[in-house]
This record gives sequence, structure tokens and C-alpha cells, in this order.
Amino acid sequence: MSNMLLEAKEIHTYYGASHILHGIDFNIREGEGIALMGRNGMGKSTLIKSMLGIVRPRHGRVLVRGDDYTRARTFQTAQQGIAYVPEGRGIFKSLSVRENLLMSARAGVDGRREWTFDRVMETFPRLGERINNGGWQLSGGEQQMLTIGRALMTNPDLLILDEATEGLAPLIAMEIWRIVKEIRKTGIATVIVDKNHGAVTSICDRAMILVKGQVVFDGTSDEIRAQPELIQKHLGV
Amino acid sequence: MDFASFLIQTLNSLQYGLLLFLVASGLTLVFGIMGIINLAHGSFYMIGAYLAFVLTSATGSLVLAVVLGIPLALAFGAFLEWALFSHLYKRDHLEQVLLTYGLILIFEQLRSLLVGDDVHGVAIPAFLDASIQLTEVMSYPVYRLAISAICIVLAVALYYLIQRTRLGMMIRAGNDDRGMVEALGININMIYRVVFALGVALAALAGMLAAPISSVFPNMGSHVLIISFVIVVIGGIGSVWGALVAALIVGFADTFGKVLVPELSGIVVYVVMAVVLLWRPEGILKKG
Repeated sequence: MSNMLLEAKEIHTYYGASHILHGIDFNIREGEGIALMGRNGMGKSTLIKSMLGIVRPRHGRVLVRGDDYTRARTFQTAQQGIAYVPEGRGIFKSLSVRENLLMSARAGVDGRREWTFDRVMETFPRLGERINNGGWQLSGGEQQMLTIGRALMTNPDLLILDEATEGLAPLIAMEIWRIVKEIRKTGIATVIVDKNHGAVTSICDRAMILVKGQVVFDGTSDEIRAQPELIQKHLGV
Repeated sequence: MDFASFLIQTLNSLQYGLLLFLVASGLTLVFGIMGIINLAHGSFYMIGAYLAFVLTSATGSLVLAVVLGIPLALAFGAFLEWALFSHLYKRDHLEQVLLTYGLILIFEQLRSLLVGDDVHGVAIPAFLDASIQLTEVMSYPVYRLAISAICIVLAVALYYLIQRTRLGMMIRAGNDDRGMVEALGININMIYRVVFALGVALAALAGMLAAPISSVFPNMGSHVLIISFVIVVIGGIGSVWGALVAALIVGFADTFGKVLVPELSGIVVYVVMAVVLLWRPEGILKKG
């Protein structure tokens, strides 16, 4: 089995007085793909933010490749090859498309520079047409492509996509899924949060379901597809 | 007004406006990007002028004083950001105003203890100590032209830094979404430190350049601070180009105001600010 990339051990996170995560264990290995599922407000984004140090867990530990990053600053964790595409995208609006990509460019943890500006342009030809536009002039789908492209420019080992297709037209969402599949093939580990369970479980090998800040399912994508009642119970609306 | 006096006042306006730009550019960056109201920014101008006086006395040359003074100012700015200002980012404006007002008092007291309360002059470097004859009776000092030239070079360099370099992209991105910059693996605190140190150095340089023409005197930073805030407000908070345009407007309004309507000279700049705010409440250029 490949090496452990990112782990959360017994994480408890609070927003003020409200207890959001109740002792969550999470782990992802190199090259692995995990579909992180659950209804709104069950703690998926909070789990991601807790591991990245954007939100501080009150108890528990965060490990990156076995080293303790519980108290690390967000940029230090990110520099370990973890790229985050947040919900709501976070495009820099005063930067052009080109600048959004160039500002984040760096070599991966092992020094590789597979993802260059040119390669991102090949992967997202639509961005090439808009290269000198300002970040604020893009459609939702283009913004999403830009944030994914910007994350790839850091040559990550792990790409975290939080609601990457939220609010996108179906055709655009399909385009995003096609690209994410391509990225998966290059061996980048991926954590995907998305409402489209069919799409995420087909892209990822593993699935986790969160309910009220606890893990109620952790298994392979095949296992969860074999239990539609589980999906109905925990994810159905 | 004849053409020669008009030319002289125009050059004076440019020189004054460009010098103010050096102070205001740092103020607007720190205010716009880090959200800090820094009342002590005028003190950096004062400190620069006193550095020019002390270092020129010690070395015998203003040029050497500037060469030595800029790294000192950069280091001082980086230290202040690390020791004090980095703790203010998440505090409200009242606490920022209290700390930075306290700093003004501390800096003035230190200045009084170290250099005294006398007014001092600083000699213009010999190679710039000349005048260009415009008419039989009117001439223009080369040193003022040199100040304008240095400021223009710095404005272009600042433009290049902010618009064309990766550091500039990170600075502008930090203005949009600080958390996202950090999530991309960039140490935003280090970027803030660089921006703050740069702002301190620019204000100190303005003080060093102004020292020979304005002389060096206690509290010389307070007027510059107020006028710099006027520039930041007119130009739009956080906009360096807005600050450049606004600094030139203020330079012209102040200089020509004193010549054309001397009895109103004290308020011309503020009238301009009021008009701009009525016309564009967010300033001439919002961000950039």
C-alpha cells in the first residue's frame, strides 16, 4: 500500500459554542480518491478546513506524511503539496486570468514541475481564450476551471475540491468532471465534496459519509453503490 | 501670472505632489491591504528627515545618508511590523488608532531625547546645488527637479512591482482574499511585512529628500500625515494609482491655491477633497 498523505485523528471542531466535528478520523493515501459525502451542515467543509488549519480543531491531531501539522499555519500545510479549491471558488478578482495562475506557481514537494502554465492551458482551453480578462469577467464554470488550474499550478500531491460543480449548468459540470478524471489519472490524490453522488463515486475509489460531525460510513465506492439504502438514508433529500 | 512664474509653480506643484505620493503610497497600501489605519505614518517622514540630518552630519553627504538611510528604514519597518503591527490586523480601528497615536508620541519624544528640539538644515549635495536661469530674475533649483525625477523613477518602479511581478500579484491577491492566498501555500504575513517595510522606507525617503528644502524640525510629520490621508481618501483606499493622481491634484491645488487665493490657501486642499467625495465617495480609483 502507498504512503499516508494526510490524516486527521479524533478531530473535534467548534464554531463558538456549537460542536461541529465529533471526533472524526480521516486519512488519505498517495494517489487515492475519496468522495466525502453528507448533507449540508454535516461538517464536510469544516473537516477540510480543520485539516488545513483554516479552522482550529479544539482536540485531535492533523498529520501530513506522518508529521504533526496540527498547529501549523495554513500556508505551511498547503506547502506540503495540498491544494484546496474552496466552496465559492475564491478567484482573485483584481488579477487577470494569467496572473491568477502565475501567482500560485511553484514546484511540488519533490521538486517536480509537471503542471506548467502551458499544461494548464492545454487542460482548460477555455481559459486560454480569456487569458487577459479580469477574474471578475468569468462565468461560473470558467471561474471553477481557473481555481482548479490555479491549484494545479502548485504541483500538488493532493487536490481538495469542495463543491466544485455547485451552481454550474449540467454541461459545464460534465466538463469539470471530465477534467477531474484526467487529473486523477496523473496520480494526484483527490478529496471531492459534491452533491452528485454518482459522479463522485465513479471518480473516487473510496467514499466517506458524514452525519452530524461523525463518520457513519467509510468504505470503497463499490460498497456504497451496492447499498442504495445507505445513500437514501444519509444523503437523500 | 507670466509664463515663467506659471512654469515655476507648475514644477513646484509636481515636485510637492510627487513627494507626497511617496508618503501616501505606503499609507494607502497598508490601509487598503492590511486594513490598518496608521497614524504613525507621518512619523516615518519625520524620522527620514532626521536620519538625513544625522547621517549627513556624520558622513558629509546627503547621497550617502540616503544610501545608508533606506536599508535602515526598511529594517525599522520590518521590525515594527513584526513587533507591533502584525498584532493589529484582527483588531478594530480604535485599537489601531490608539497604538499608532501612541507611536507618534514615542517617536517625537525619542527624537527630542536623541537629536533635540532645534530646527536643523541639511545641505544640498554640491553637484545638485545649482539653478536653471528662466528669466533675468527668475531661476529654478536643480535639486527640486532632481526630487521630481527620483519620485517619477520610484513611481514607475512601484507600478512595475505591483502590476508586473509575482510579489505584486500576491499583494493584490491579498487585497482580494487573504485566506485564499494563504491556502495556496503563500506566507501572507511575510508579504505584509514586505509591504509595510516598503511603505516605511518610501515615507522615510520622502523625508530625506525634503530635508534640504523644508529643513528638519519637530513634529514635521503631522502635516504630512494629514495631507497624506486626504490623498488616500481622494485617490481611493488601497489604490496606488489613485494616490498618484490624488497627490498631484493636491500638489497643484495647494501650490496654486497659495499663489492665486492666498487668503484661502489653508482650505483649498480640503475643498478639493470634499468635492471629490461628493462626486465619487469611494475615491477617484477604487482599487488597482
